[in-house]
Amino acid sequence: MAEALLSLHGIRVRYDEPTVLEVDSLAVYPGEVLAVMGPNGAGKSTLLRLMGLLQQPTQGKIYFHDREVSPTDGLSIRRRMASVFQEPLLLNASVYDNAALGLKLRGLDGRTIEQRINPWLTRLGIEHLASRQARSLSGGEAQRTSLVRALALDPELLLLDEPFSPLDPPTREGLLLDLERILRETGITTVFVTHDRDEAFMLGDRVAVLIAGKIHQVGAAAEVFLRPVNEAVAHFVGIDTKLSGVVETVNEGWAQVRFNGGCVEVCGDFQAGEHLLLCLRPEDITLGAPGEDFESSARIRLIAKLVKIIPWGAHYRAELACGDNRLVALITRPSRALPSRAGMRR
Amino acid sequence: MELIWEGIKQALVHILTADSEVLGITLRSLWISGAATLLSLAVGIPIGIALALARFPGRSFAVSLINTGMGLPPVVVGLFVSVFLWRSGPLGFLELLYTPTAMVIAQLIIAFPIVAGLTMAAFQTLNPNLSLQLLGIGASRLQLLWLLSKEARLPLLAAVMAGFGGVISEVGASMMVGGNIRGQTRVLTTATVLETGKGNFEIAIALGLILLLLTFAVNFLLTHIQQREQLRWPKPS
Repeated sequence: MAEALLSLHGIRVRYDEPTVLEVDSLAVYPGEVLAVMGPNGAGKSTLLRLMGLLQQPTQGKIYFHDREVSPTDGLSIRRRMASVFQEPLLLNASVYDNAALGLKLRGLDGRTIEQRINPWLTRLGIEHLASRQARSLSGGEAQRTSLVRALALDPELLLLDEPFSPLDPPTREGLLLDLERILRETGITTVFVTHDRDEAFMLGDRVAVLIAGKIHQVGAAAEVFLRPVNEAVAHFVGIDTKLSGVVETVNEGWAQVRFNGGCVEVCGDFQAGEHLLLCLRPEDITLGAPGEDFESSARIRLIAKLVKIIPWGAHYRAELACGDNRLVALITRPSRALPSRAGMRR
Repeated sequence: MELIWEGIKQALVHILTADSEVLGITLRSLWISGAATLLSLAVGIPIGIALALARFPGRSFAVSLINTGMGLPPVVVGLFVSVFLWRSGPLGFLELLYTPTAMVIAQLIIAFPIVAGLTMAAFQTLNPNLSLQLLGIGASRLQLLWLLSKEARLPLLAAVMAGFGGVISEVGASMMVGGNIRGQTRVLTTATVLETGKGNFEIAIALGLILLLLTFAVNFLLTHIQQREQLRWPKPS
């Protein structure tokens, strides 16, 4: 694998006694977008502050281009990065002056600053706001200004700390799409911290799941979402259906797994007698009414009792009981054929 | 009432004819209190910033000291400065007692806790994450302090006003360490006390009016700057 742009080793952060962050090893590679995902209070922002050299770890080492970072060279390395926080935190000045601030701090002349700022103002769609006072901006406009301020620095590493969380859904979606396009076009190495799995899945080439100060899984976005390594990760990536079972037989890569409520056949490298957790994503479950002629290529078919259906954003969330297990399915609309007691197959 | 009206009329005559003694006292008051205010800004602002931004053992004690200092009685300051500058005192060899320099020192001690306390409050009104954001786009420590000071400039102006107002109007310390010597250490407040004691109400009222006008003029100027700044920044939408 390529040389890491930034890596953390044996990191511990303690405030008083409890350890709030414990990262044995984590690397960010050039050109990638690493999404760090976790619930509130997991230590995501602390991790980002460490990466941005804005906070010292209690213990451990940070490497930038394979060279250990010391407190004395903090500023020179910090100037090769740029951070964007949840709040835009703009100064009492115009949009242009705010956007130009990082370049001014580096002592660049006005002409060079203008040449570097203007394309980014256009790219993020706020060139018409350049002379506006920052305090008069909406949340979305302010965050766009904050992004221009960071991107105009042409950073080797861009650090984004939940930049979309304070925004309303339409504004958030617009900015998210713009940022996705910009990151894809520029290839800026980015660490993006979020508690929103959709954002992580959309932007991240790799996803790291941080729960209670520890990284539970790092991998390609699809791998983390589809093959969580444990129940905590499964829960966080949105898998509500977790069936605990035992492998009964194995035949040519297919394993018969028995759990309380039925028996299913799954593909994988398993041993007979092995205990496993079968995780089903809610959007992968299809419901069919009892007796309905149900066409599906799915190998796992279960009989379950429909408990309730509730509106879930643009979808509906169906909760079902299968033996002692609880199953959750996300469906586009409740079928006319689904009675209060239904057979569910997948 | 007649005495007051007569006093005011005489006062206006002194002011409008630019009485040389009154003018001298006024200019002396301005430079002594102006110098003390400038020095208190130089000492108080860094202390206020340090107390607002840094976390160190004994910080709470230091904050309590500053808060107590904001209400320091000028006569107590005058007493201690006099003791220190007295011929046989620890700093007696400097021979500063009954000089304008001694008055500047006493007024500096009165003003700097006010400036430090209000500076600390001004910086604490800033978003605590602003420092991180500025460091996160490459600010050095010195640039960070400069930018935060610019952000806190409106409440900092209040610190300047309070510092100047505190020293231009005090009388106890100036009397004790300056001695109210004519032509040397006599300032508006000490002269007002003296002339009132002598029964020269028209001069006392003239000095009092000048003191009021001076304080008003300085504060009007600073308030004008502050309010103009406030109006430049519309409220967030």
